Amino acid sequence: MEYRITAPLDKNVVKKLKAGDYVWISGTIYTARDAAHKRMQETLDKGQELPVDWKDNIIYYMGPSPAREGRVIGSAGPTTSSRMDPYAPRLLDMGLGGMIGKGKRSPAVSEAIVQNGSVYFAAVGGAGALLSRQIKKAEVIAYDDLGTEAIRRLEVEDLPVIVVIDPEGNDLYKMNAGNIIS
Amino acid sequence: MIREIGVDEITRQIRDMCIQANHYLSEDMVCAMKEATEKEQDPLGKKILGQLEENLKIAGEEMIPICQDTGMAVIFMEIGQDVHFTGGDLGQAVEEGVRRGYTEGYLRKSVVGDPLVRENTKDNTPAVLHTSIVPGDQVAITVAPKGFGSENMSRIVMLKPAQGVEGVKQVIWDTVQEAGPNACPPLVVGVGIGGTFEKAALLAKQALTRPVGEKAKDAHIRSLEEEMLEKVNRSGIGPAGLGGHVTALAVNINTYATHIAGLPVAVNLCCHVNRHVKRVI
Ligand code: SF4
Repeated sequence: MEYRITAPLDKNVVKKLKAGDYVWISGTIYTARDAAHKRMQETLDKGQELPVDWKDNIIYYMGPSPAREGRVIGSAGPTTSSRMDPYAPRLLDMGLGGMIGKGKRSPAVSEAIVQNGSVYFAAVGGAGALLSRQIKKAEVIAYDDLGTEAIRRLEVEDLPVIVVIDPEGNDLYKMNAGNIIS
Repeated sequence: MIREIGVDEITRQIRDMCIQANHYLSEDMVCAMKEATEKEQDPLGKKILGQLEENLKIAGEEMIPICQDTGMAVIFMEIGQDVHFTGGDLGQAVEEGVRRGYTEGYLRKSVVGDPLVRENTKDNTPAVLHTSIVPGDQVAITVAPKGFGSENMSRIVMLKPAQGVEGVKQVIWDTVQEAGPNACPPLVVGVGIGGTFEKAALLAKQALTRPVGEKAKDAHIRSLEEEMLEKVNRSGIGPAGLGGHVTALAVNINTYATHIAGLPVAVNLCCHVNRHVKRVI
């Protein structure tokens, strides 16, 4: 199936998404990758507040290249999600609505997705120039010192992604993996 | 006759090559991507390959890097033994080229200085520089920025000689299988067989800079390349790991002599953004 959806996510919409669906996302999403996740973890460990309330929001695992003058952002494709696996379940338990990245997730992340009715999308890796066109606004809102790894708020229009892990725990990569072509 | 080359010329070339590599793929890769799109039968796979071709077009026309991971700069320099570098330290000149390329070219700075402390150096230096001395009075420079989505899925295995070619095939197969979507397929699979521990890794890296479509010279290695490419493309992983017939564009294998007791095999995966620019000065 194909859907046009908006972010922050509506749980009733997420519920009907199935692994393999092609989805265009419009609305507000946030970037965070390795260093930002590490810092968020430390913040939570200290009992302090995170810079963003993740409830129903989407994190895009992405660190852009610098924008040229007059441009919103540079190249802006997904990074490998598995490096965020140690951190993701905690954020999902705090209400994180969805994640966009590329590549496999751990069983713990998959379980947390099911438990929280969340979703994991893949954007096409290595299509950063193409994807950057769907980003209409970008603003660093936390951890500025982390450079490309800072947390950014993005306004996106029809960002193309594919559902990899749906709220029922179906995993598109696993569905394809056994599929040896003879 | 000794030929003098100013190191500022090296800086200039490397600056430009870093920018070029990150915005335009070499001709062999562009052709391979086009062929892949034609060959792919899976509808989603075909759509994704079409997007990747469109991505290449946008990158070149609008000067947006092909991928936001503009890599760690891997640089090979084959230096003619009759060349004398003047005007400064060659190593520093190379670093300066990378620094200028990545800052002036709006490329992402993805390098941390100490691997454990992990502070960004903010100019993508240092590079990984491999030099070799060759006959003649020319310098061949290859700049190959390497993304880490695929680098992280690479491996080296010290096989026993008894495991032979079947062992090698297994290592290649396992590496691609485990990488799946993480390494941004369609891949170029660089393989190094033989040498020592570090030589095998270097052979694999160099194999990635060999133009796609250019086959190995030895007949038995050539047929191993063909066999493994066919096998990998039957894995079902497909473009972006979302299923299809094109998982790899090429399997390039480089070999070297080795010890009677060993059979090192390194598999260096590269994504479809397999960047390599070569210039001879
Ligand atoms: S593996 Fe290659 S295509 Fe994928 S994100 Fe890294 S550099 Fe880009």
